[in-house]
Amino acid sequence: MKTNIHVKNRVAIIGAGLTLFRRRLLETPQEMAWIASKKALEQAGMDFKDIDCVISGSAPDAFDGVHMKGEYYSEGAGGFGKLHFRVFVGGGTGVFVPIAGWWMVASGLCKKALIVAEEKMSSAADPHPQAVFRHIWDPLIEKMLGPNLIWIFALEMHRYMHKCGVSKEDIALVSVKNKANALDHPCAQAAAKISVEDVLKSEVLVYPVNRLDISPVSDGAAALVMVSEDVARRYTDNPIWVAGIGFNLDSYSWTNRELAYPLYLKKAADMAYKMAGIENPMKQIDVAEPYDPFDYKELHHMEGLGLAPRCKAAELTKEGVTQRDGDLPINPSGGLLGVGNPIAAAGLMKVAEIFWQLRGEAGRRQVKKPVYTGLAQAWGDLMQVGTVIILRR
Amino acid sequence: MSIYKLGGTPLSDEEFKKIIKEITRPNAKYLMSAGQAYSVFFEGLRRGKIIGTYCERCGMIYVPPKIFCPYCFITLDKWVEVADEGKVVTAVASYYSANMERLKEPQIVGIIKLDVPGRTFTSYRFPGLLHRICGASLDDVISQRIFDARVKARWRPPEERKGDINDIECFEVIKT
Ligand SMILES: [Zn+2]
Repeated sequence: MKTNIHVKNRVAIIGAGLTLFRRRLLETPQEMAWIASKKALEQAGMDFKDIDCVISGSAPDAFDGVHMKGEYYSEGAGGFGKLHFRVFVGGGTGVFVPIAGWWMVASGLCKKALIVAEEKMSSAADPHPQAVFRHIWDPLIEKMLGPNLIWIFALEMHRYMHKCGVSKEDIALVSVKNKANALDHPCAQAAAKISVEDVLKSEVLVYPVNRLDISPVSDGAAALVMVSEDVARRYTDNPIWVAGIGFNLDSYSWTNRELAYPLYLKKAADMAYKMAGIENPMKQIDVAEPYDPFDYKELHHMEGLGLAPRCKAAELTKEGVTQRDGDLPINPSGGLLGVGNPIAAAGLMKVAEIFWQLRGEAGRRQVKKPVYTGLAQAWGDLMQVGTVIILRR
Repeated sequence: MSIYKLGGTPLSDEEFKKIIKEITRPNAKYLMSAGQAYSVFFEGLRRGKIIGTYCERCGMIYVPPKIFCPYCFITLDKWVEVADEGKVVTAVASYYSANMERLKEPQIVGIIKLDVPGRTFTSYRFPGLLHRICGASLDDVISQRIFDARVKARWRPPEERKGDINDIECFEVIKT
């Protein structure tokens, strides 16, 4: 590992677990955290009593309807009597949780960390979970114009289409691919065999966004076990190393900046690449899970991550490069579009997927080519934060 | 491998309704103060003017205004009036309200890059406002003719203004 920083401990992932992702689950946030944690610990060959710190993440409290929900669900993640904290960077949270786990273990503050992300969006039932997003805007100006969340995505998508000459058909290919990939994911909520035409004919929500351009509302949880190198060697012959992490925040004033290209994500990716000794990500990243709450975001993020030249991600997609059997498989899990989008848990699901891909444990989702280095990324706040993690076997 | 063992109990909408134990609507009303910068901005709107602040170090003009430059980390105290005209940098047609209720007619909204006489900005940093766009059709959006269209604020009559962003009814297309 080439690194520009000094770490006390190299950090490995040795287990991952997920609940089902569904529109409504019976389980409470505590119970979902418990199920995902148990599965991750089971794969690691550990128990809650072995863990010395619990790092968790979840999106706005307003979804679950419990303020201080980190404190509430932490009980299900075995957080008592231990170092526990919750991190939050909006939609970027899911990948930020293992980043926070990395710094806890890398610094030597703890050696055996449980990483948990949870979201119970179904609780915000009336009128619709989307209504919670009314309260993310500048309260004094933007909120008074009555926006909904899809506005900002549509505004960004249309700007990207205009600047890069990308069509709705090109973008729909991402949704088609990811929903098909998810057919092989046992936790998937929105897996389907669909066509570009299905996407274009689905209901227009905010032009240019149609219903099938968007990931669903979901309940779900995900968990990882992250440990120091000496611990990893005791528990497994097949540890997956954290090779790099990066995160970066742009201005909350999203109407004052270029939306066609995520500069903050480039900065986050550059940080992670430097740490991992990666100079040519298009060649050196074997498989990636960029954040895809909307189909255009996969293309937008591939470009921000340097996995495609600017404005060229759609072309690569058309050529089949991003398919599971392509040269650079993108979102082999099925992504948020196919597996579902319990916000923080969805980001962490992506890290779990890269972990399983690098271990050769992704089953029917396993990409065709041999993979050594993989990347997961999430994005959020008011279209202003990028979070990146690079794993290596 | 047990990692693929399914976890969780999916519910249909009907099953969900049967097991609900708590229905809660937080009754929290927020009364938010406007702050130093927006107080001036809102007073400007009442007078039919769009007012921003100016950073002498990097040259950025902030609309809506800030009392600090988040890039240069300095306090801003220079006010500047910008034009009530500009160019559309992106626009969309929404069929849903803020609460996700379906609208009969799509509402066109966009980001307007405002003109500042004698100054140009890159597409990476510029004074820009989110607002409704009027005088444009759905086809103008779909065909992308709306991009770079010149728009001008349509103000509410002075006696109807309240000193908020809705004192501007919309930005009206004056040339595509
Ligand atoms: Zn400045």
